[in-house]
Amino acid sequence: MNFPLNQDQQLLQNTVRRFISDACGFEQRRQANTQDFNRANWVQFADLGLLAIPFSEEDGGLGGSAIDVAVVMAEIGRGLALEPFFAAIVLAGGILRHGASATQRAALIPDLICGQSIVCFAYAEAASRYNLADVSSTAKKRDGAYVLNGDKLTVYAAPAADWIIVTARTAGERRDEHGITLFRVPSQAAGVSRRDYTAIDGARVSDITFDNVRVTDEDVIGPVDAAMDIVRRVADEATAALCAEALGAMNALNEATIDYVRQRRAFGQVIGKFQVIQHRLVNMRIATEQATALVFDATRVLSEGNAEASRLIAAAKAKIGKESKLVAQGAVQLHGGIGITDELNVGHYMTRLLAIDVTFGDTTHHLRRVAAANDSLRSQPSVHSLRFAGQVRNLGLSS
Amino acid sequence: MQIAPSESEHAFRAEVRAFLAEFFTPELRREAGVQSGVFAERELGQRWQRILFEKGWVAPHWPKEYGGTGWSPMQRYIFSEECAKAGAPVLSAQGLGMVGPVLMRYGTQRQKDYFLPRILSGEDYWCQGYSEPQAGSDLASLQCRAERDGDDYVINGTKTWTTHAHYSNWIFLLVRTDVVSGKPQAGITFLLAPMSLAGISVRPIHSVSGEHEVNQVFFDNVRVPVANRVGEEHQGWSIAKYLLEFERGGSYAPRIKSLLEKIYTIAACEQDGYGRPLSEDPVFRLALAEIEVDLLAIDAMERQLVASMTTGQAVGNSIASILKIQGTELYQRVAEFAVQSLGPRGLPDYHRLRRDDAPSIGPDYAQTPVARYLNSRAATIYGGSSEIQRNILAKTWLEL
Repeated sequence: MNFPLNQDQQLLQNTVRRFISDACGFEQRRQANTQDFNRANWVQFADLGLLAIPFSEEDGGLGGSAIDVAVVMAEIGRGLALEPFFAAIVLAGGILRHGASATQRAALIPDLICGQSIVCFAYAEAASRYNLADVSSTAKKRDGAYVLNGDKLTVYAAPAADWIIVTARTAGERRDEHGITLFRVPSQAAGVSRRDYTAIDGARVSDITFDNVRVTDEDVIGPVDAAMDIVRRVADEATAALCAEALGAMNALNEATIDYVRQRRAFGQVIGKFQVIQHRLVNMRIATEQATALVFDATRVLSEGNAEASRLIAAAKAKIGKESKLVAQGAVQLHGGIGITDELNVGHYMTRLLAIDVTFGDTTHHLRRVAAANDSLRSQPSVHSLRFAGQVRNLGLSS
Repeated sequence: MQIAPSESEHAFRAEVRAFLAEFFTPELRREAGVQSGVFAERELGQRWQRILFEKGWVAPHWPKEYGGTGWSPMQRYIFSEECAKAGAPVLSAQGLGMVGPVLMRYGTQRQKDYFLPRILSGEDYWCQGYSEPQAGSDLASLQCRAERDGDDYVINGTKTWTTHAHYSNWIFLLVRTDVVSGKPQAGITFLLAPMSLAGISVRPIHSVSGEHEVNQVFFDNVRVPVANRVGEEHQGWSIAKYLLEFERGGSYAPRIKSLLEKIYTIAACEQDGYGRPLSEDPVFRLALAEIEVDLLAIDAMERQLVASMTTGQAVGNSIASILKIQGTELYQRVAEFAVQSLGPRGLPDYHRLRRDDAPSIGPDYAQTPVARYLNSRAATIYGGSSEIQRNILAKTWLEL
């Protein structure tokens, strides 16, 4: 990754890269003939202090920035590691950081940081697509407790999780911003059932059903009915993190493809000598460099706490969606047939990039956000901007 | 040049539809709906081939004297269009579409009498031994060796990307029988071998999508009788080129149209997150319209090709390359658009659930798009990559 990194971040990058390639990268998984992450590796992540990075020092963390997170995510992307750093630390951890009370944080974060427990965040529903406020799962107050009902889809890290953080509707209509509440639920709670399966990128995930699950006031994270601000903030951080992961994968693909065309021979020469192939590789590299610049800028602005960040993160995800396809498709084409075999890592980068693309909004979704933000920026007192102001709220942009 | 269909062609289309309505049962349709590979899996393919064979419609492209239907190019086009529209299984092409035509043109009477009926009935299932690990686009540089020893050739070497070799009982292969300095095409011979021969072994190659369609085949001192040679020794490359020409006239538009139908289903069922089905989203509709415009162009070219073939007009070599490039690239775009339309529903590895015989999850329309998208990446690589096709067109058109 060509983010301008300081010395500590360089060290972090080297450490994580070496660790992943030694212990839990794609090649390692292939050799160990395993499709899943293992807890021993997760504890090693903890020992290296990686799980502590985003948490505040008062919570036992390292007080790291969004850029530090991006460094780790890029190495995960490069190594195709399946360890749930994103799901548990960035996503669920983000909810805890931004929404949980001191008591809740003290109860959950230390074990999370030392690798002893895993927390996941269940938000996606069958009909919600990329609208985080489209929540049909309900939490009804009854006899002093909340009763949770609903179905959440494709929750990463859920099979191994001790805690599930979930969005449910405590008030309002299906797509209202207001009326959504965050809850923490022990994964073994009565009424929680899971269908575990594997995602296209090899990660173990679950569809979770909540059937009259009882949780108390102590399990509410953040303000009742008003959790969307927290969710949107975490979604922005998560989106930026996924962009960084994608960059790691794109860089690895470019390097692998250059290596390949340097040694593959056809028609009497190394195929890398053909101009068409060179131009395609150059285009892949240009795409990656440009995406890197935008992702870095968005991540930097995010780490500075600037309200501009949302728009830049949307732009970054839109850009990554487009350029990651260009790189992955180019890598497969230039590798020829072996590019989509299970044996080689190239096809696996393609599936992970595909999974990233449909998580927290694809290119089209984020282009809409950018368009709405542009309109809001220009602040024309026109019919246009009034209509888009509603859309801006719906699309979760701070304005 | 008559392109619009005539009265009798309408009647023929009705006949084909009636056949499909009767014989392409809901059960077959369901099975066919979960196929994401290039060809239908063997069991489904064999069942469908049997049905076509009994109707006499299994080989529309073959001359009547060998068991073909005697249809006009337009009728063949209508038949393939209706089958694609119905979602009928795509039969493996190696027997009916490749070694069959080769035998008709270059085979001995004995070879024709023996093999052709068995190809038609599906009794023999063929795979193609062409590519090697070191010879893909540059097929002429193949190394798999065949040494003459009495009445046999002894084969040593390996072939790869052999589609359905794990199902096949016969293989046709290009082997090197001579090394001619500077002219690799000159020492190639076309052989037929039963897969049961001692020394032949098959290693599966799994796709990242989870599918198993292709294999690597190893030949370790495999003895094949000279009687299994097709054509003359060292004539293999001409035969391979003939096969390529024979493959022309294959159509892309029907298959792409049927993929678009699946996208319509996805879009009707998936919500956009804001209270509308995806099909009402103006951005989605515009993107779909763009695809449809490009599809109309391909369809028009294919129908014009059929019309030219009907009137016996000479067809330039370039159309096949144009269609290969445009047809495969559009197919990929559409497969990608299907995945995009599916959104987060595309995250589960549905193919793995099926492989593991686990209960399925999610809606029917979500089961195949991702696997199909991954599979589609090979379309611009096999059968003459897009780069090779552009070289061919550059040579033809630019004369530089």
